[in-house]
Amino acid sequence: MNKAFIIVCSISYLLLLFAIAYWVEQRFKKSKKTLNKSWIYALSLAVYCTGWTYYGSVGRAVTNGPEFLSIYIGPSIMCALFVPLLRKLLRICKTQRINSIADLISTRYGKNYTLGIIVTLCCVIGIIPYIALQLKAISASFHIITNRNNIAVDIWNDETFIIAGILSIFIIIFGTRSVDASERHEGIVAAIAFESIVKLIAFLAVGIFVTYFLFDGFTSVSTAAHIAGFEQFFTLNKGFENNDWLVMILVSMLSVIFLPRQFQVSIVENTNERNIYKAMWLFPLYLFLINLFVLPIAMGGKLLLSNLVNADTYVLSLPLHFHQPILGLFVYIGGLSAASGMIIVETIALSTMLSNHLILPVIFSSKKIKIDNEKSTVRNIILSRRASIIAILLLACLYDKWIASSTSLVSIGLISMAAVAQFAPATIGGLYSKLITRQGAIASIIVGFSIWFFTIIIPSIITAGYLSPSIMTNGLWGIEWLKPQSLFGLNTMGLLAHSFFWSMLFNIVSLVLISILTSATRQEEYQAELFVNIYKYEGVTGGPGMWKTSAYLSDVNTLLSNFIGKNRADNLLNSYAQRHKISLDQKEADPRIIDFSEKILTGVIGSASARFLVSNIAKEEEISIDKVLSIVKESQQVLELNKELKKKSTELSKATEQLTEVNEQLMKIDVLKDEFLYTVTHELRTPLTSIRALSEILFDNPDIEEEQRQYYLEGIVKEIERLSHLITQVLNLERYESGRQKLNYSAVDIAALINEVIDSLHPLIREKNISIEFIPPDTMALLQCDKDMIRQVVYNLVANAIKFVPENDGSIKIICRADFDELQVWVMDNGKGIPVELRELIFDKFFQAKNQTIQKPTGSGLGLAICKRIVEMHQGRIFVEPISPQGAKFVFTLPNS
Amino acid sequence: MKKILVVDDDPYILMSLEFLMKKNNYQVMIARNGTEAMDSINTLKPDLILLDIMMPDVDGYSICKHVKSKKELKNIHVVFVSAKTKEADIEKGYQLGASLYITKPFSTRDLMKKVNELLQ
Repeated sequence: MNKAFIIVCSISYLLLLFAIAYWVEQRFKKSKKTLNKSWIYALSLAVYCTGWTYYGSVGRAVTNGPEFLSIYIGPSIMCALFVPLLRKLLRICKTQRINSIADLISTRYGKNYTLGIIVTLCCVIGIIPYIALQLKAISASFHIITNRNNIAVDIWNDETFIIAGILSIFIIIFGTRSVDASERHEGIVAAIAFESIVKLIAFLAVGIFVTYFLFDGFTSVSTAAHIAGFEQFFTLNKGFENNDWLVMILVSMLSVIFLPRQFQVSIVENTNERNIYKAMWLFPLYLFLINLFVLPIAMGGKLLLSNLVNADTYVLSLPLHFHQPILGLFVYIGGLSAASGMIIVETIALSTMLSNHLILPVIFSSKKIKIDNEKSTVRNIILSRRASIIAILLLACLYDKWIASSTSLVSIGLISMAAVAQFAPATIGGLYSKLITRQGAIASIIVGFSIWFFTIIIPSIITAGYLSPSIMTNGLWGIEWLKPQSLFGLNTMGLLAHSFFWSMLFNIVSLVLISILTSATRQEEYQAELFVNIYKYEGVTGGPGMWKTSAYLSDVNTLLSNFIGKNRADNLLNSYAQRHKISLDQKEADPRIIDFSEKILTGVIGSASARFLVSNIAKEEEISIDKVLSIVKESQQVLELNKELKKKSTELSKATEQLTEVNEQLMKIDVLKDEFLYTVTHELRTPLTSIRALSEILFDNPDIEEEQRQYYLEGIVKEIERLSHLITQVLNLERYESGRQKLNYSAVDIAALINEVIDSLHPLIREKNISIEFIPPDTMALLQCDKDMIRQVVYNLVANAIKFVPENDGSIKIICRADFDELQVWVMDNGKGIPVELRELIFDKFFQAKNQTIQKPTGSGLGLAICKRIVEMHQGRIFVEPISPQGAKFVFTLPNS
Repeated sequence: MKKILVVDDDPYILMSLEFLMKKNNYQVMIARNGTEAMDSINTLKPDLILLDIMMPDVDGYSICKHVKSKKELKNIHVVFVSAKTKEADIEKGYQLGASLYITKPFSTRDLMKKVNELLQ
């Protein structure tokens, strides 16, 4: 294809990435919302699949068969099974604002400069070949698609430089916008996620093309390969004999965390722990899909292409060979995606490390360079990051030119993975054990990394011709045991397994031994506690940290302003002070403010530099380890106390609620009581009025006629009776309701009692000329109850009935029935009856008095209320029903026990 | 002779008031409930009404309202005689246009004095 056309396509594609990154960033700025973050997160993890996966897996499958899959099994295992480890790591990095793997390790071991530098150097040495590999993948595919050389690929030419140049512009624009490295690059991550989709679709497209267009499906390809005798596709041979596959699984498991780019996307760019749960299945699924067609493509290439074609290029060569230029272009773009995605993220991660751990410390500790100016500070930081980006890409180009000539794509990737795996013991150990010391960590990384270098890198340097091959054959310094590829005489393993075995063995041994021999500083102890028991300190952020210090608030503010700007510094400090109720009026800064500022700075320049700068303005008191631990304990206690207080306060508010409820109830009762009293006095007033008026008349008129006087005196007497009756009833009711009245149980013959009542009411009955009938139960009913009270009930009901039946025609019927469990008394009359809506209300106190529409009370208005109360005290029921043709039936029941 | 209508559903109070008014040389009519009272007012047009409030059919307030709303009746003095002693109830009575509000139990001499004053 036309070279210029391909260049235009490549640049257009990169511009598209620019556009996506820019669009997402603007969108994020405006609405603080992006596309579904958990999906983007999971897809961005697929930056794991680099040009190596895209082109190299097929190459490795051609030589080693299904062994290439181990590299994808590892991450899948890690993602799906090691969620607690990822969560803990994420939590720690977020609370401590950690922004790289170097920062993580340095922070864990007391924010130590040395460790940061060591880790950074190891990363640079370990990863540069890997970046070079991606550049190589891009330039190789470029050559193939432009038909310059279909078979052997000329490694070095100016395209590599151009690609590196364009990418470095992209990275500089989107990767170094903000100085705060712990801030996320929303735009870049979205672009990476997009690239992940592109490369997956492109790879699937080739796979489908090969499997279903060049052949008739999976079985057809594999049958053809079988017949052609390519047994490597079907047997677990090479890698499995020398344990490489097991090592590959282990190495790739670790690399999914420790590769700088993976750390960047999975930890630094992750905003939410919950994202992990989608990645748990989506990332392994992605790996499965992208590997689905590796074997068919490998078989197809082997079967259909010339033996001279490098297997690493089958993916691209196949569509081109069969004259599918559009598919070819798409595949090329997919490869560009895979490689550029890796380069972008890896470079950002590495440049942060380089600048924070190597360049900035030099700048800050140098007396010549002043850091008291906001603009120059920010410029320094950004400049150093940009310089790092360019340096990294340049180094990669140089490596590509001088060394990486002979190794295949996959092996370089594995080499880098094995390098970063050296961080695993110190890091994972540091997450779970407080016993590991800084010296132990340093030793483990240096020892492990050196052995890695010696066993893997030295041989490739020798192969490239830069060192004498005598080391390979005779061992270092002529010592037989120090042959790079068979250390201590071990030569039964593959290259990778051999290197991994020895480096890890010595790595772990050094870590343990040195940690035992040395002891941790107080700063380390403190960090260790925060790391190992991270979940204990949730919510204690801003608790009294390590800074038992005195510093001027103005100094702290200035320092912070230099790095993040005056406005942001003010805002952050103010909101933090408000949240934690710290006064900002004092001259001296609160230790929590200092601690908080250090965390902010850590996000910008890494923990060690941040600590260094803060210690410049803060005089730290010498505090003993006991004190540190007590501080830690204190914050723990504060947390517990907080919890306790929270519990107490909820209890209190519950109690308050109950109290309010009771109070309301009391107030209601109070209102009821007032109402009752008012009604009582009101009811008392009527007879009192008569008595007073009649008495005064009699007093003022001695000459009043005898008959009239007699009548008035009778009135007075009657009204006094009414008065005293009312008072008795009120007092009775009050006594019943208060519960002070005890029931005086005795065996009562109810029928006899009813007869007694009827007898006592006989004068009234005769006066009104009405009939009354009583039907007693069949057998004598003896019931345990309070005789006087029940008599009162019967009396009230019968007296009421007499009152309400019409004169002369009135008839009253009383029925007493004894069931086995209760006794019922019915009092029926042929009066007006009770309207349905009043059937409940008539049992209320003074119901009559309040309801003017029915007949004026001739009684106290308390009779039925008293009845109800008495029956209820006996656990019985009282109610009224209508009877036909007219009248009321009052029923009360008493339990038969 | 001035005419007084006494309205109360309690027989003894009614009896007492009737006696007192007669004794003081007024022409007295009685009503035992609201309905009777309304009839008497419309037909006989008393000069003063001694009016109970709580009655089974029509309450005293309604009667007062009726009296005060009719042109030919509104000069009638309405004197409430009631067992309702709450401030709000008394207030309501005066707002409806009552000349007096006397609470039960009352002093007969006091009552007479006030009635005489009103009718002078």
